[in-house]
Amino acid sequence: MPPVAPKTSPFATTQPVISARGLLKCFGELRAVDDVSFDIPAGRCFGFLGPNGAGKTTTLKMLMGLADFDAGELSVLGHALPAEARAIRARVGLVPQGDNLDPDFTVRENLFMYARFFGLARHEVAARVDRLLEFANLTHKADARVDQLSGGMQRRLTIARALVNDPEVVVLDEPTSGLDPQVRHVIWGRLAELRARGVTLVLTTHYMEEAERLCDELVVMDHGRILDQGSPGQLIQRHVEPDVIELRGSVSDGVFATLTSMALRVERHGTAVYVYTSAPAPILDFLGQPDGLTVIHRRAGLEDVFLHLTGRELRE
Amino acid sequence: MKRSIWQLPRARSAAFAVFARNFLVWRKLLGPAIVLNFGEPVIYLLGLGIGLGALVGDIGGLPYLVFLASGIVASSAMISVSFEGMYSVYTRMVPQKTFDAIMATPLDIDDIILGETIWAAFKGLLSAVAILIVAALLGAVPGGWAALWALPVVFLLGLAFAGPAIIMTAIADNYDFFNYYFVLVVTPMFMLSGVFFPIETLPEWMQTAVLLLPLTHAIEVIRPLIVGEPVEHLLVHLAVLAGFAVVAYYVAVALVRRRLWD
Repeated sequence: MPPVAPKTSPFATTQPVISARGLLKCFGELRAVDDVSFDIPAGRCFGFLGPNGAGKTTTLKMLMGLADFDAGELSVLGHALPAEARAIRARVGLVPQGDNLDPDFTVRENLFMYARFFGLARHEVAARVDRLLEFANLTHKADARVDQLSGGMQRRLTIARALVNDPEVVVLDEPTSGLDPQVRHVIWGRLAELRARGVTLVLTTHYMEEAERLCDELVVMDHGRILDQGSPGQLIQRHVEPDVIELRGSVSDGVFATLTSMALRVERHGTAVYVYTSAPAPILDFLGQPDGLTVIHRRAGLEDVFLHLTGRELRE
Repeated sequence: MKRSIWQLPRARSAAFAVFARNFLVWRKLLGPAIVLNFGEPVIYLLGLGIGLGALVGDIGGLPYLVFLASGIVASSAMISVSFEGMYSVYTRMVPQKTFDAIMATPLDIDDIILGETIWAAFKGLLSAVAILIVAALLGAVPGGWAALWALPVVFLLGLAFAGPAIIMTAIADNYDFFNYYFVLVVTPMFMLSGVFFPIETLPEWMQTAVLLLPLTHAIEVIRPLIVGEPVEHLLVHLAVLAGFAVVAYYVAVALVRRRLWD
């Protein structure tokens, strides 16, 4: 699919906080990030969606001044990269993909120590640290060592740590990967709170539900390129039919052929058949209640867009 | 857009936050640290200084215990700094990812490596102080209070050894890699740089060779300060140590950048 030119964001009423033009990053022959352009408006949640190896993490690292780029222009909060990376990092918080908390310190000490790397003394951040412990539901664990925390608690502490410099932008690389649904919902709630306070959120994810819930606008990336950009609703409208009928079980070639004639698009993947349509009723009537076949009728979602744009083959 | 790993480091006072982090962790583990710092030199000085010293007698007009103690002040700092610069820095850089966490703040690798270098030198200083105290209690510090002038030199020695250790860390794939450095670099210096016997007893070509080693120069300054003798060629020795410190810091920064930069 040809690359889509960057669009003007519908939210771009003010100067974007992050602006990228034609970013290129090569690892040898591989173009890890290939002609990527986007604008992230202030106070919004902006998502990068894509399979493993799509170039999402590399793009985030560039925003933080942690990765070089071979061509293009990138500015964050009015500072040009890579020259002014230090000034940018002073005003941005990073939640990395894997937690890298300090195991030698308690929960509270982790926050105080991290503040110190921003040049913030203990007395300056004491009140903020208390608020962050509350924000992360970790007040009761303030004096526990990091290795005594569950995975979900460590993740919350990492998010709290990224806020210790009171950042205007928070960058999150797969913030809820590997967490159970309860923790994930708590974290989504906290991120929504931050956004409501006017903090700009930039995140990568491969959870469609996360992207649909949190992101005002997102880009779908694959093989280092941006495939499309828009709000979740716009992307669904643009790329997939409104209804999906999913058939699980064995579908005969005859039935498959009939479905193809009735629907806008029919795809077979593994043992499932996906029927995309804007008129589901006749198809459901035709199928009736077949033996040995599970029929699921649902609204099209971001996952359908994602699979449509990036294909279904495994990424390893 | 592309940064060169060889661009000159621009470290700032922010490096002290890295020092402070390590200091706070060290303070939590004070007990074992003190046992190591005091226990080892007591055993060395008693075993070798008094036991072996009874056989050896005087060396260069000094009782063997005095000769040995002044050497061990320097060598123990070297070993302590090397351990810190390799095993501990590797732990923070690789498995613990502490450097990654710090790099997301305004600090750069320049600052992190400067903080680690000063911290490693400080650890060396602590072990030298412990030995000096033990040696003084054993009556092996004839220089008296003036022997304290050896400590700034020990610190400089620490800076000179921190860089090479961090260079090894920057290119190490695992902890076992450090065996090469210990066997090929640390142990030969420990044996040949004048800790246990004067370098004048070595064959002439070896005397020239050991003059290339930083520990030799450190001992040439530290020993007379501890025993209360005038120091010869002070500036040459200090310049060699400072040269090692500056060049090794620069190379260490470049190689850590190569490893951690994307």
